[in-house]
Amino acid sequence: MGKTVRIYVMGREYEVPEGLTIMKALEYVGYRYIRGAGCRAGFCGACTTVYRKNGDYKLYSGLACQTTVEDGMYLVQIPFVPAEKPKYEVSEIKDVEDILRVYPEIARCLSCNTCTKSCPQGLETMDVIQSILRGDIKRAAELSFDCIQCGICSMRCPAEITHYHVAQLVRRVYGKHYLKKSKELERRIKEIEEGKYQEEIERLMKLPREELERLYKEIRR
Amino acid sequence: MSYPEEMRKSIEKVEETRDERLGLEINRMSLEEREEILKKFHPDYRPEAKREIGIGPNKGDLAPNEVVDLLESYPIVDPEEVDLSQVDYDVSLLIIGGGGAGTVAALWAHYSGLPVEEILISTKLRHGDSNSIMAQGGIQAADKPDDSPVLHYLDVMGGGHFANKPELVRELVLNAPSILKWHEDLGVMYDKDEDGNMLTLPGGGTCRNRLHSAKDYTGMEIMRVIRDEARNLGIEVLEFSPAVELLTDNGRVTGALLWNMETNQYYVIRAKAVILATGGFGRLHIQGYPTTNHYGATADGLVMAYRVGARLRDMDSVQYHPTGAAYPEQIVGLLVTEKVRGLGAQPVNREGEAFVHPLEPRDVEAAAIIRECYERRLGIETPTGMVGVWLDTPMIEEIHGKGTIESKLSAMYRMYSRFGIDMTQDPILVFPTLHYQNGGVEIDEKARVLGESGVIDGLFAAGEVTGGVHGKNRLMGNSLLDYNVFGKIAGESAAKYCKSNGKGRLTLDHVIRYMEALKKMGVPENRKSPLILPDYRGKKVLMRTLDLF
Ligand SMILES: Cc1cc2nc3c(=O)[nH]c(=O)nc-3n(C[C@H](O)[C@H](O)[C@H](O)COP(=O)(O)OP(=O)(O)OC[C@H]3O[C@@H](n4cnc5c(N)ncnc54)[C@H](O)[C@@H]3O)c2cc1C
Ligand code: FES
Repeated sequence: MGKTVRIYVMGREYEVPEGLTIMKALEYVGYRYIRGAGCRAGFCGACTTVYRKNGDYKLYSGLACQTTVEDGMYLVQIPFVPAEKPKYEVSEIKDVEDILRVYPEIARCLSCNTCTKSCPQGLETMDVIQSILRGDIKRAAELSFDCIQCGICSMRCPAEITHYHVAQLVRRVYGKHYLKKSKELERRIKEIEEGKYQEEIERLMKLPREELERLYKEIRR
Repeated sequence: MSYPEEMRKSIEKVEETRDERLGLEINRMSLEEREEILKKFHPDYRPEAKREIGIGPNKGDLAPNEVVDLLESYPIVDPEEVDLSQVDYDVSLLIIGGGGAGTVAALWAHYSGLPVEEILISTKLRHGDSNSIMAQGGIQAADKPDDSPVLHYLDVMGGGHFANKPELVRELVLNAPSILKWHEDLGVMYDKDEDGNMLTLPGGGTCRNRLHSAKDYTGMEIMRVIRDEARNLGIEVLEFSPAVELLTDNGRVTGALLWNMETNQYYVIRAKAVILATGGFGRLHIQGYPTTNHYGATADGLVMAYRVGARLRDMDSVQYHPTGAAYPEQIVGLLVTEKVRGLGAQPVNREGEAFVHPLEPRDVEAAAIIRECYERRLGIETPTGMVGVWLDTPMIEEIHGKGTIESKLSAMYRMYSRFGIDMTQDPILVFPTLHYQNGGVEIDEKARVLGESGVIDGLFAAGEVTGGVHGKNRLMGNSLLDYNVFGKIAGESAAKYCKSNGKGRLTLDHVIRYMEALKKMGVPENRKSPLILPDYRGKKVLMRTLDLF
């Protein structure tokens, strides 16, 4: 084994090769994940974790699959934290008043910025909430776009806002009511419904392989 | 963790040739050249990596050893030990797999008239923890004026080496634009121009710019929107409760056995129809390759369906994505989306030379990278002994302007930054990685699963678990499309089936028969499947494990 680091998992000391992610280090010492692992690549938000470092007062949070272990890390396993998600009909939600009806608690935002500081994606989470309150749906949707819904922000928020659910609604509202609809798409759908391509495709379906190959080459000229 | 000295030296050569390469038009290979490079270098063409399946409808067909091992295995549940008389959930439609295909199927089954209380989703991890959420690059649809479903059809067929099932390809391309429209209506934030028309990029093997994206989080954006919609409707999802076996009544599928991974309890589900949407098999690590796939991609659906008599097809071909991360160690195998090449980054060898067109079909591109590393020996070695080639990402900003990477490839940029590499300044190291299950369970155009003597009653399938749509090689952007189109068709077909059929008896007779055949073959009884999850525990620990309770 090359260089190693010492870590503490649920209080017990282990030695692991350096350069592993927290997820791989836990597996290395014998844990088998059921909860707390999804994509293993930073896209699903299943592996939210908190940790401390030796001689440091701070409580850190991050994604276990995207954080490298360091010497003296204190690690635990926590499952994904549940949160209430109201039901709504996106076609009926168009502006800030509507959003506030679904998530009235966002008005309680203390602007403490804890959410922003805890975001493993490095997003301006507090700004997302503040943008909504200012009525800037576009900005809120764009700022939150890279959210993987890991829920760390909501776990730490003193106002108990579920930012990732709120941001989900805002993006859908923006996508549905604010982004213009594609005319090209509509035109093509109409053509397809009128059967414009059906016959040609049915003809291709019956062609022998050599003929298809020839056409395939032809459209590449 | 930026690059060590040795790798730096090669990066300098890449930098020296960059300007020259910017103007360089690299020739695409002819069909003959493609065939040759595939035969010599693609992992699929190594005969020792496959063997004939010894049991069931596909007896005699070739598949990767890892897949055949699972097919030639005893069930993890002993049919004698379960009591099927007590039903835990009694619904019209059971959907197995809460990824993209499963969620789309649930929504469309509901749109087709099934009340939400009559729909149940079983899934292995959380709802949405899947390959679907990981897709970065985009989704294909022929909606641009210079494009057409006919061109899309030809591209899918050519990419698949003309082995695709034509009627499935027809459904795929003709339904594509209306799927995107549905997404628009649900509020998916596609990349658009000011007039609302879609921005499109080329993809490997497409003759037009046909790739639609939502930055490089396309899969996540679609998945979280459809999941939100399913939650709004109140469709029930049993998480951490994978299906371990289907239940049958005289050949008809009538339910499934689920397993609570935390308490070990089983649940008996009775349903009129079952939709299989369990996704792919990346976590089998075929031929020892690392993979891009999510934790639960273990081919369970293939195994369960095969035991009820489903036919598989095109299982001899596996998709290796040409560009998996090869450095640093923490992210080895993870995907570097094809969009990176779509935006202009070239694969470059140790000497700073471009050696292949950046957008050949995936299998050809992968083979060319393997050739560069292992025949020509012009790869770059990492401190842990991985070998890869450069993907010259700084070119992207030379072509499209500063800031392009952070705005269009923010997931990639973020991943590399986390591990100390700035891909706007330095190239990144890549090598092929196990990516996609090209083949799978055979379905017809109504998403009904086919067995040896036609349709298997009550069983539908959609998404990566199925075969035929992509032939022997899937093109980028066509599987997000696939799970949407066939998820929808499966939901509609199953809803219709539920209207005219009642419920059946619940038995494991098919499993008992399968076990008898295994016994005759002399398969060792400790070989069990489905796999459910891979085991990555350290070897040293496993050697000293006591299974006490
Ligand atoms: C990293 C990555 C990037 C990709 N990029 C693109 C892209 O840009 N464009 C594109 O078109 N395609 C892309 N793909 C491919 C595409 O994402 C998948 O093929 C597609 O999403 C598969 O959808 P699915 O619903 O069939 O499977 P999945 O989305 O994987 O869903 C299957 C679900 O079933 C669950 N499951 C498995 N076994 C069981 C069981 N026994 N019981 C219950 N549930 C079970 C799984 O956990 C999972 O939740 C990419 C794939 C990966 C991995
Ligand atoms: S496991 Fe998905 S983000 Fe870490």
